[in-house]
Amino acid sequence: MKKKTIISLVLGFAALMLVLTGCANNSSKSATSSKSSSSEASGKITVVGSTALQPLVEKGAANFQKKNSKVNITVQGGGSGTGLSQVQDKSVTIGNSDIFAEEKQGIDSKKLVDHKVAVVGMAPVVNKDANVKNLTMDQVKQIFTGKITNWKEVGGKDETITVVNRAKGSGTRATFEAAVLKGSEAVKSQEQDSNGTVQKIVESTPGAVSYLAFSYINDKIQPISIDNVKPTDDNVESDKWKIWSYEHMYTNGKPDSATTKFLDYMNSKDVQDSLVKDMGYISIHNMKVQKDSKGTVSSK
Amino acid sequence: MDDIQKKLQTKSKATFQDYFGKGICYLCIGLIILLVTCILYFIASKGLATFTKDHVRVLDFLTKSNWNPGATDASGHPEVGALPMIVTSFSVTLLAALIATPFALGVAIFMAEFSSKRGSKILQPVIELLVGIPSVVYGFIGLTVVVPFIRNIFGGTGFGILSGTLVLFVMILPTITSLSVDSLKSVPLYYRQASLALGATRWQTIYKVILRAAVPGILTAIIFGMARAFGEALAVQMVIGNAALMPKNLISPASTLTSKLTTDIGNTVMGTLPNNALWSLALILLLMSLALNMLVKFIGKRGRF
Repeated sequence: MKKKTIISLVLGFAALMLVLTGCANNSSKSATSSKSSSSEASGKITVVGSTALQPLVEKGAANFQKKNSKVNITVQGGGSGTGLSQVQDKSVTIGNSDIFAEEKQGIDSKKLVDHKVAVVGMAPVVNKDANVKNLTMDQVKQIFTGKITNWKEVGGKDETITVVNRAKGSGTRATFEAAVLKGSEAVKSQEQDSNGTVQKIVESTPGAVSYLAFSYINDKIQPISIDNVKPTDDNVESDKWKIWSYEHMYTNGKPDSATTKFLDYMNSKDVQDSLVKDMGYISIHNMKVQKDSKGTVSSK
Repeated sequence: MDDIQKKLQTKSKATFQDYFGKGICYLCIGLIILLVTCILYFIASKGLATFTKDHVRVLDFLTKSNWNPGATDASGHPEVGALPMIVTSFSVTLLAALIATPFALGVAIFMAEFSSKRGSKILQPVIELLVGIPSVVYGFIGLTVVVPFIRNIFGGTGFGILSGTLVLFVMILPTITSLSVDSLKSVPLYYRQASLALGATRWQTIYKVILRAAVPGILTAIIFGMARAFGEALAVQMVIGNAALMPKNLISPASTLTSKLTTDIGNTVMGTLPNNALWSLALILLLMSLALNMLVKFIGKRGRF
């Protein structure tokens, strides 16, 4: 008897959820339709993809909508792969990605138009306990390919190295591996699916090493200098620090007027000089070099 | 005469209400069936594409232990061996059920046989509250409490099957408990009376009569708990370490079917092999939950009293 009540409760709850979500959808739809009744830029923009870029786009979209109330922008995460494949299918207006579309298997990059909105620097980070502050590029490579397994081999404490990777195919991992491993296979180890979790794990696990975007590095973990170059914004801008990537917003073909306006806004001095910096990214305007999809760096 | 004939032959309002009610029922049933078929078809078609389109051998998929869908091995076959994930999923599920069952049974026996009305009035909501806690909260507690605890006692990183088991143990405990209570309570009163009349003590009655009569119900409870453990993704993902490696021991990082799905799905592109391989993992999950459901049906059919 009890089982039946539980089941009916569950069913009732499910029905309730259905009704509630239905309502939520309706209300957002009616909101768009009531807004899109004027002459200036209007429309609905859906942005999906990279979780690393998501906070910046969310803030940017919120500010943009304050000035352009007729445009309705929805920003969602989902990962770079999702962003790229959905913009390719035209299910969304803009696909956010940490990596070039050319680097992703299964994406036809010819159809997609790239809009670079920011630069992200990444650095190896270790648990403070390991007592390591500087490594050579080769040492970093050997740590992440599993050849160096104890911190004492690189002048640290006698402690086993625990490599924490990001999920395979994540943009941060792709960038890090392209810059550091250069084609070698990373050692199989634990994988975490977000910068936040990696930060927490490196902070609390003795001997842990991983890599993080600059904005996630705090004073509880130790960022590593490579070949005595410190991981700073200035060093990224001059390409002295090698591990960085663009944040891309891809559109499928030429974007419509509202989308163009939004992308222009993201690229404007207004956003690049304040919002981008405040949120820990590096402004695209400050870069003294540029990188193409094959990783070749040239001066701007 | 005509009037009566007309009255008898035309359909009354109540009849139409009847049709209307039936119609709504059939509509709902149809929708649900459609939904289930769609989900089954979608997962199956995506999951089987790994084998039909990308020509991965099913046996390789189930028995090889190298998971690296982007790369190919020496002979040119894609490296999609799901064995580590399958083994880990089963290990955490079985271990969690193994630990949770004695605790759940203890609480259930207390609630069904010993506790006063007031006692179960307090215990019942407590147990139901445990069911209602979102899994991300369990995962977060696991990450901040269980993982460091394991690390301090056993060394290593603390991520692994043991942490996963401990988190799942708490999560499935209420499921097994409340279903076991139901099955113990549904043992007819005259079983107890007869046993006591024969001179058995209370413990003998519980152990020799009630528990045995309730076995099918208790087994069902355990299987429901296992189904929950097998399908749990978020909490496990946060504490298991997510390394697609064959688990060497209980405290080395590993990865379950579900945790692999949640970590990787956002980074793959629809239609490519890495994405299809993940759908194949989803297909295994689906088949497993189907198998567990069948098992419940089977046990339910056998044990009626």
